[in-house]
Amino acid sequence: MRKYKGHTKLVVKPGSTEEVSKVLKYCNDNMLAAVPQGGNSGLVGGSVPVFDEIVINMSRMNKIRDFDEVSGTLVVDAGCILEVADHFLAEKNYIFPLDLGAKGSCQIGGNVATNAGGLRLLRYGSLHGNVLGIEAVLPDGTVMDDLSRLRKNNTGYDIKQLFIGGEGTIGIITGVSIQCPQRSKAGNVAFFGLENFEKVQQAFRAAKGQLSEILSAFELMDGQSQDLVHRVTDKKRPLEGQHPFYCLIETSGSNPDHDSEKLESFLENVMGEEIVSDGVLAQDETQIQSLWSWREGIPECLGHWGGVYKYDLSIPLPELYKLVDDTRERLTSAGLIGDDEKHPVVGVVGYGHMGDSNLHLNVATRRFDKEVENKLEPFVYEWIAKRNGSISAEHGLGLAKKAFIEYSRSKTMIRLMKQIKELYDPNGIMNPYKYI
Amino acid sequence: MSTALKILVPIKRVIDYAIKPRVNSARTAIETAGVKHSMNPFDELSIEAAVRMRERGTPAVTDILALSVGPPKCVDVLRTAMAMGADRSIHVEISDAEVKEKGELEPLGVAKLLKSVVEKEQRNLVILGKQSIDDDSNQTGQMLAGLLGWGQATQASKIEFEGDNVSVTREVDGGVETLRCPLPMVITTDLRLNEPRYASLPNIMKAKKNKLEKMTLQDFGVDEGRRLKTLKVEEPPARQGGGKVEDVDGMIKKLKELGAI
Repeated sequence: MRKYKGHTKLVVKPGSTEEVSKVLKYCNDNMLAAVPQGGNSGLVGGSVPVFDEIVINMSRMNKIRDFDEVSGTLVVDAGCILEVADHFLAEKNYIFPLDLGAKGSCQIGGNVATNAGGLRLLRYGSLHGNVLGIEAVLPDGTVMDDLSRLRKNNTGYDIKQLFIGGEGTIGIITGVSIQCPQRSKAGNVAFFGLENFEKVQQAFRAAKGQLSEILSAFELMDGQSQDLVHRVTDKKRPLEGQHPFYCLIETSGSNPDHDSEKLESFLENVMGEEIVSDGVLAQDETQIQSLWSWREGIPECLGHWGGVYKYDLSIPLPELYKLVDDTRERLTSAGLIGDDEKHPVVGVVGYGHMGDSNLHLNVATRRFDKEVENKLEPFVYEWIAKRNGSISAEHGLGLAKKAFIEYSRSKTMIRLMKQIKELYDPNGIMNPYKYI
Repeated sequence: MSTALKILVPIKRVIDYAIKPRVNSARTAIETAGVKHSMNPFDELSIEAAVRMRERGTPAVTDILALSVGPPKCVDVLRTAMAMGADRSIHVEISDAEVKEKGELEPLGVAKLLKSVVEKEQRNLVILGKQSIDDDSNQTGQMLAGLLGWGQATQASKIEFEGDNVSVTREVDGGVETLRCPLPMVITTDLRLNEPRYASLPNIMKAKKNKLEKMTLQDFGVDEGRRLKTLKVEEPPARQGGGKVEDVDGMIKKLKELGAI
């Protein structure tokens, strides 16, 4: 990111829940601010110490505690790396219900604390539904052991939900129990080129209607995002010609023949109806991975020139892409976009989880530039507020979006949130200066 | 006017390259049930090479015939080959039961079969993967050239035509070697030859109309008897993790302990 720089004099690496409890109790008694840190792969600066906060790094708490092969319930330490857990589950034919580009470094505790969305949300739902229990340490050192393994438990307020997406502001998650679905035996990936955003929506409707329960991802990438990936990686493009929009569709199911049959009739339909202009279907696992790399590789490639302004937004589907057009036009008319060093902006691209109405608006720049920022903010937030969207769909608030929460939440909601914060963290030591 | 090419591309359905193979519980073979299968990656290169020859146009390509020997599912990889550009295909079917009972065909059996196909279908160029990634034999191409009495160029990284001569660059230890050979000939492909294309949707649809002939080993009257017997299949020994030493003295001590110095 290169956007945030931490300022801390002390990092502690507790090895157990008891140690986390002792550290927090000491901090609370002595009014010392603390910031929990997982894989540090967040995009809004939530895990970065702003001034002199003590970093509580969770990487030593990285064990898989327990797995029930019958129910599929996994219990892990908060510092367990997502990919490690997913590999462990793969051996047992299960799958972690969350997947995202940073899987090799992000930690499950951080994923839960930020309520990360990612690539499998369309199929398996959000962490609010999948997390069964949480073990956390409150700012005064109290260990909150709510590591339930039950799918159903209607006994009182569901306090753990406050920690999911709480971004470490009311306590540190130290353990998580999560329900994991059966891993699909059959997977297919198709990659389409489409003429306009109207057709993208038609393709999405067709995919939902015809692939229904086997559809596991529907990702959108605009032409410019793919041009930039191509410029950086110089890999062979999946499609011959160039198209204004691209979609990646993934299916997963239990019976390869059944899936292929469904997929084939879907593909025939969208080609025949001229909803998609061109497309390819991966013939093997290597092709599946390389098609995914055109989607997953976007964030990394955009960072190639310097910094990236990233906006992660929920927008009603019909207008999802209009924001990219509007933003591009705004920066172009201000003369900020260009191919040489004089222009701070390399390009404005849009991509994201079409299936979740979640757009990533990214502005790739050669350097962070105040003029660009002034053009973007609050313009983007006002645009979103007008359409009742969310200014942060899956990345959270952290440091970056704290000031803009009122574009998505009412005064009453913000007041209620502040009450929670004061109740759990009266001294304000937990991850201060962020969130709300 | 150079001779028009009639190309045969034999392909094999193998466990997907990206899947980690596992030894079956009886330790007699690799577990294949319920495991994703795809076209042997070297064979994708062969198809791509053949299709590019046709796209280049000189010499003209009369037709590209893909062929696969094996269980019914091999049809999938033949469909892929046709979606990539093969004109038609032959599936020499061996039932799952027969594969289970006798094992897969051995390279010599396949080479004999291919010889018979080359003669029946009057082929003058055979392009095949240098090896299949499941048994890694790297023999079929060579045996076929021997049986046919044709020239062969193995592990091709570049193929060029000069009239009726084919010039093939191959990667050898310490550099590259260029061979020139007249048609008919056998070429086996290596990884750097090309980057295979994706099967596009329009081509997948079109390929459904291409001819896919079902045949059996008996149709070719080939003695496909197995000569090899697999006694045991084992996983390679697990890698031992390395250790850290404090300083140079520690390293020297460790090396002495291990008898390395």
